[in-house]
Amino acid sequence: MANVHDQITQEITQNPVVLFMKGTPEFPQCGFSGQVVQILDYLGAPFKGVNVLADAELRQGIKEFANWPTIPQLYVKGEFVGGCDIVREMFQSGELAAHLSDAGVELKQTAKA
Amino acid sequence: MNTEARIKEKLEAGLEPIRLEVADESHLHAGHSGARAGGETHYRIKVASARFSGKGRVERHRMVYALLADEIAGGVHALALQTLAPSET
Repeated sequence: MANVHDQITQEITQNPVVLFMKGTPEFPQCGFSGQVVQILDYLGAPFKGVNVLADAELRQGIKEFANWPTIPQLYVKGEFVGGCDIVREMFQSGELAAHLSDAGVELKQTAKA
Repeated sequence: MNTEARIKEKLEAGLEPIRLEVADESHLHAGHSGARAGGETHYRIKVASARFSGKGRVERHRMVYALLADEIAGGVHALALQTLAPSET
């Protein structure tokens, strides 16, 4: 699994916002992953979607990496932010937009739910 | 004991919650990749506990996931979690 963890570390350090998800941003294959994509799109936050369904080792490795047993998982500037429920709560309270802005992520709009 | 009852028992024991609601929402996910015949795959949990005070969301959810690790390993596919400290209820 060491290689998978290196791969994850590389993804989250090279990309400011990374969403490990089931399916792709264009075609999410899980409702929870789809919700996070919608929220990031709504905020106009550019992100990289990584499809864990395409890689069984990654699908297991990401759970161990974050000590978090479910997918999706959102990372901002290399830090784990949360899963679907946490992202939605933070979006609704305005914290997510603030967190992204503080991290230097340029949002196309600063909309609030 | 069904899965819902086991989830309640473990959260009661591990968090001594002042409020606990567990709903089986498996029927809403029928046909989805994580669904199984017989259900017991998707649960919505609202839990308020003094143990959450002073802790962030990620840490609170990890506490719940740790208590329910056997269920998650054994077929529960997803939890919709709302975790509150007493001051937030």
